[in-house]
Amino acid sequence: MAFDAQAERNFKVVGTRVTRPDGIDKVTGKAAYGADVSAPGMLHGRILRSPHAHARIVSIDTSAAKALTGVKAVVTGTDLAQPEDEAFADVAINCLARDKVLYDGHAVAAVAATSKAIAKQAIRLIKVNYEKLPHVTDVDEAMKPDAPVVQEGRALETVPAGMSQNVTTHCQFGHGDLEAGFAKADKIIERSFKTAATHQGYIEPQACMASLGSDGRGEVWCCTQGQYMVRANCAAALGVEESQLRITASEIGGGFGGKTSTFIEPVALALSRKAGKPVKIVMTRDEVLKATGPTISTSMDIKIGMTKDGRITAARGELRYSGGAYPNATVDMGAQAAFAAYDLEAVETVGWNAMTNRPKEIPYRAPGAPTAIYAVESVVDELCQELGLDPLDVRLMNAARKGTRSSYGPTFNEIGLVATLEAAKAHPHYTAPLGPNQGRGLSCGFWFNFGGNTCVSLNINDDGTIGVVEGNPDIGGSRASISMMAAEELGVPYDKVRTVIADTSSLGFNDITDGSRVTFAVGLATIEAARAAIKEMCRRVAKIWDIDEEAVIWEDGCAKPAGPNAGTHPPMTLAEIAAIAGKTGGPIAGHHEVNADGAGVSFGVHLCDTEVDRETGAVKILRYTVFQDAGKAVHPDYVEGQMQGGAVQGIGWALNEEYIYGEDGRLQNAGFLDYRVPVASDLPPIETVILEIPNPGHPYGVRGVGETPIVPPLAAVSNAVSRAAGVRMTELPMSPPRLLKAMTG
Amino acid sequence: MKTIPVETTINGDSAEFLCHADESLLDVLRDRLGLTGAKEGCGTGDCGACSVMLNGRVVCSCLVLGVEAQGAEVETIEGMANGEELHPLQRIFLEEAALQCGVCTPGILVAAKALLEKNPDPTDTELRYWLAGNLCRCTGYDKIIKAVQTAAAEMRSA
Repeated sequence: MAFDAQAERNFKVVGTRVTRPDGIDKVTGKAAYGADVSAPGMLHGRILRSPHAHARIVSIDTSAAKALTGVKAVVTGTDLAQPEDEAFADVAINCLARDKVLYDGHAVAAVAATSKAIAKQAIRLIKVNYEKLPHVTDVDEAMKPDAPVVQEGRALETVPAGMSQNVTTHCQFGHGDLEAGFAKADKIIERSFKTAATHQGYIEPQACMASLGSDGRGEVWCCTQGQYMVRANCAAALGVEESQLRITASEIGGGFGGKTSTFIEPVALALSRKAGKPVKIVMTRDEVLKATGPTISTSMDIKIGMTKDGRITAARGELRYSGGAYPNATVDMGAQAAFAAYDLEAVETVGWNAMTNRPKEIPYRAPGAPTAIYAVESVVDELCQELGLDPLDVRLMNAARKGTRSSYGPTFNEIGLVATLEAAKAHPHYTAPLGPNQGRGLSCGFWFNFGGNTCVSLNINDDGTIGVVEGNPDIGGSRASISMMAAEELGVPYDKVRTVIADTSSLGFNDITDGSRVTFAVGLATIEAARAAIKEMCRRVAKIWDIDEEAVIWEDGCAKPAGPNAGTHPPMTLAEIAAIAGKTGGPIAGHHEVNADGAGVSFGVHLCDTEVDRETGAVKILRYTVFQDAGKAVHPDYVEGQMQGGAVQGIGWALNEEYIYGEDGRLQNAGFLDYRVPVASDLPPIETVILEIPNPGHPYGVRGVGETPIVPPLAAVSNAVSRAAGVRMTELPMSPPRLLKAMTG
Repeated sequence: MKTIPVETTINGDSAEFLCHADESLLDVLRDRLGLTGAKEGCGTGDCGACSVMLNGRVVCSCLVLGVEAQGAEVETIEGMANGEELHPLQRIFLEEAALQCGVCTPGILVAAKALLEKNPDPTDTELRYWLAGNLCRCTGYDKIIKAVQTAAAEMRSA
């Protein structure tokens, strides 16, 4: 759907800062999240997990657990179906292992009991006989031909023969003559980088309550980024039909991509089916860190050539990602995103994914992009330092713009990178003085943004209010944005609209809340649904006035005669039309179903000032500013919130967060004490500047905003630290011991 | 295991419950009393999502035993609003969009209210250190700090 011709549109609701509809419940403790509901007769489920990084399951003896008073069901991998589809099969096997455990924390068995305490006691009574296997947790080690093989036969056809069986993916993007490009360079820098896996770190652990009868009919309540995805995964894992499962998404306590898969719902359903009672499973934080998420760990080589006046002549990247014990396509996105901010004559990015004995990678906000862009932006920064060039000017000189053939193929339409860079250059932050041991870093960031499958139903109620039914869990205020767009289009006040999120039986299929798609795609479908309802209201009014449908227009929430020829009828308000709908043809509604494209890529630029402590290696973030193109900021507060939250997650990734594995392949820091996410006292205010370069693919110009802001911080912080410390940092996180070592040699 | 009878006061009302000796106050609140506003984010006292007041002090209720509530005064997020009138912190958190997913919000509101009762005019630094035990993964804390300061200013002038 194209951007409205009326580009100068005077928005009445969109762009204001209204109060969110789910707000009061969330500040009073009433909002019901995944773990907050109970059912009569409910049992408590608990999962037994592997203590080994890699082992064959020789046998499982559940007899003692079953014999414990209060235990009502025990399940193992054989209680789940074996779906033919590889993606469904991976989810099922990840929910409950069958022949092998693939990482420390892999689920092996589960019990349902009358109390949490009994369930906890029961899993200790399950005896699993393991035959330990050699393991590998480092991506470079995993790619060696003699590395322990995590899974056999999983490589795509694109992977050349002779490599380790752990290598599942090989991809390549780019254009131009690299050799000629590098020959033109005055300076070439080639660097290798490593980044640790990080976790999405949502504060609400996965939780669900599930009930499944022997007739195959079931209900699930769970915190998820996509109830339809949960339905598909559960149906495949349980061998039941999708129509028989009704999945309701609870309020969700953070996701950031981490709740785009299922870990416990199929297990709870299997337990429920055996026990004949509803089963609730709530993960512990230890389980969340060991068995859900995290993102990829990486090893990357970047080579960039630049002329002495700052033009990039050629760029090459080689990315080696590990998404844990299963194949995944995250490296494809990293390889596509790596050089997206630049207009390049010669560029190539090669990507590899290798399996390791780590938990299954789950998307984390702009999956694949932050690490690749970190490496690229670090080398660009170092080139600027070496050549004595201003890093913002160099980025402006090389910036992708409308008409640029992107490094991954498509030619860009209207994009906001140059405007975003110019805003950063004009901001007082960029020229503010720095003291000793302080440094300023900057980085560009990019994300594709997605549209996807979307259904919206919009009902005109008889009292003139509006009900919008959509199917995407609201992860950061999207119900407010959707209501705003409905109100804008219909010409009614925001508080006349209530948007609810449907369960899977109440609305057609919707893709998960991912790809920064909801405000874009659900918004687009809402606007179209509102237009359908307006068309119907105009038709009803034309009937009343006895004129042609085309002679009735919709303006400011009223049907009006189109012009003098249509007669002198007084306008009819939406409420007046709604009140007599029963007499003019029945209830009035609009709906729209679409696989939305045209999401419109998004760019951001981050500025970061840091100070390093030369005695301890600690880094203090002194000042941080985020510039981002939002297309059109529907609710500016929540756009700023995405920019700030993404930036801080990226700061955590840059400075402290990491999965630490021991020689034994076990995760050593599965808790918030040792897996250290940023806290309030670590941070300064996060300043924001929203730019609005309309997305041609949305009627109001909206672009997704949620993912781009986690992309630039890794390099912005690393460049600031490198400049402050006087040593180029090439590994994340830059935790105090690592930085201290770099500074002291 | 035998249960132990406990008499306590929750949000100004007397309450009685039975719990096991090893049961946390958080589990008692959530599972036995239906007060699910306090959340379990970690169970180890690192995230603050389960923050409640126990005899005037902010505690992680996951680290307090249910039996420790005997004879105590417990305040939870459910007691913060006065009927339909929100506490200024609650209202301003909404007005200034200081929450996204909202799961850390009850704990942060309880902790922020406790600070403002002790120190009605905190600096940003004092506030950031006071709230350092309450993790928020969505907001980057910026709007939370601003909202608490707005509420503090309003409460001082009230």
